[in-house]
Amino acid sequence: METDSLIDVQHLYRYYGTHCAVRDVSFQVKRGEVLGFLGPNGAGKSTTMQMLTGNLAPSAGGITINGVDLLEYPKRAKTSLGYLPEQPPLYRELTVDEFLAYCARLDRMANNEVRRAVSYAKERCGLSDVGARLIGNLSKGYQQRIGIAQAIIHTPAVVILDEPTVGLDPIQIREIRKLIRDLSAEHSVILSTHILPEVQAICDRVQIINKGELVLTDSIDGLTRRMQQATLIVGLHRPPEAATLKAIAGVLEVEALDDGRFRLHHEPDQPPAEALAEQAVSGGWGLFELTPERLSLEEIFVQLTDNEAIEEAA
Amino acid sequence: MIRHIAARELRTLFLSPLAWSILGVVQFILAYLFLTQVQEYARLQPQLAMMHNAPGMTEVIVAPLLGTAAIILLLIVPLVTMRLVSEERRNRTLPLLLSAPVSMTEIIIGKYFGVVAFLAIQLALVALMPLSLLIGGSLDMGQFAAGLLGLLLMLAAFAAAGLYMSTLTAQPTVAAVSTFGLLLLLWLINWAGNAVSDSGSSGLFAYLSLQQHFQSLLSGVFDTGDVIYYLLFIVLFLVFSVRRLDADRLQH
Repeated sequence: METDSLIDVQHLYRYYGTHCAVRDVSFQVKRGEVLGFLGPNGAGKSTTMQMLTGNLAPSAGGITINGVDLLEYPKRAKTSLGYLPEQPPLYRELTVDEFLAYCARLDRMANNEVRRAVSYAKERCGLSDVGARLIGNLSKGYQQRIGIAQAIIHTPAVVILDEPTVGLDPIQIREIRKLIRDLSAEHSVILSTHILPEVQAICDRVQIINKGELVLTDSIDGLTRRMQQATLIVGLHRPPEAATLKAIAGVLEVEALDDGRFRLHHEPDQPPAEALAEQAVSGGWGLFELTPERLSLEEIFVQLTDNEAIEEAA
Repeated sequence: MIRHIAARELRTLFLSPLAWSILGVVQFILAYLFLTQVQEYARLQPQLAMMHNAPGMTEVIVAPLLGTAAIILLLIVPLVTMRLVSEERRNRTLPLLLSAPVSMTEIIIGKYFGVVAFLAIQLALVALMPLSLLIGGSLDMGQFAAGLLGLLLMLAAFAAAGLYMSTLTAQPTVAAVSTFGLLLLLWLINWAGNAVSDSGSSGLFAYLSLQQHFQSLLSGVFDTGDVIYYLLFIVLFLVFSVRRLDADRLQH
């Protein structure tokens, strides 16, 4: 079980002067998992990622990448690491091919493998047509993809992407998300973002960080459960008495909304949807809407980060 | 690994017009000086012919040429070294190197060798001019070689200082100006040494001066002390650079 977690972070701290940017962060990422790292701006996402990739030294704590201690044996640990920083590190004066070949060599690939690795990475990131062009002349979307190609060129066990879809148009975002999903087949991926739907779309697990501390670690399923609320919205053209609705098994409370709609509060584990539909049909209530209400990820996020603020104030 | 980083540096230099214009301008100015020196030699030749132990072409033409080349390149090298680290900082491309399985020492030495390779190309172009004299005369090859070695060491020392200055800042121009200031100071520091030669402190200042060690090599005297001075100078600044780059990661 231990051997299967590719990233193991233990009690990580990082201070800038007296300001503590990351406080006691610990987590693991398993093989084939996509971990979403979520947080408002300035919460410590980038700092954590920079520490994971050896760009910043932690003030305290330990990081193990693919079983190798990053702080003790940085060179060995970094061979199984691919990193795309917030701003893709590209040499604008090189062509895409030259740049990727240079990255492959930096990652200590043998000369005879470099060419194959470059063409494979280009193919995966949809760069095959622009190999001979100068990076500086390509659009932001292409540059972002070169940044990702650079991170995966040596097929590292761990890929760390800092806000990979920032500044892209919706079609490019979809492509990049698909690419990340594909990557997770062979790599572990950590992904930071402040775009919430992105997390729902591509991650297996979510961590929310706020003011340098982890405030939530949960799987996407767990998160979806959290989002489910014990309420149901019903729309009826010919509604019966509120008391009739309340009599349905499982309904605790009825709240009348406008346009013949009602909000039914029910027991968390037994939604009355089926019984309600049956009665609506037999009673001729003219059922036109029946939706379980959900908390959006935004609301959970705001709840979590707000609680923190309240605690801080107290 | 060092090789790849050095090759990338050199390639980047030649992808911008900077390297080409530097090679061209330096070559042009030195060619002009070379020709005036040749003319001078031709003018002096009747007198030299009458002297018993007359200075040869190497002393009259080559040594002054290499001496001037050092001064001109003192102005030029800061422009070549300024972008080494500072530009990567400004463009935020350093994470590429820092997250690759490469040590800080390899990064610094790779970048250093990239610049030194460029300066060696410059030196080879300069050396072609004295070599052209072989068509119609002979050179004191020993003195010429010592002079070239001196100039190479001098340029390598300039580059090491420039690289260090470049690690200090994110502004290439700041790196260039401060490199220039440092090099000029180290060039002139023996003036103070000469002025206080009675008091005994001259030894230190004279020893610190870049120029002092170059002069003896130019005149054909190969002293291991001079070579060691340059090597120490280079190693010192490379170690500083590695430590400075490493300090970026640490808490501050």
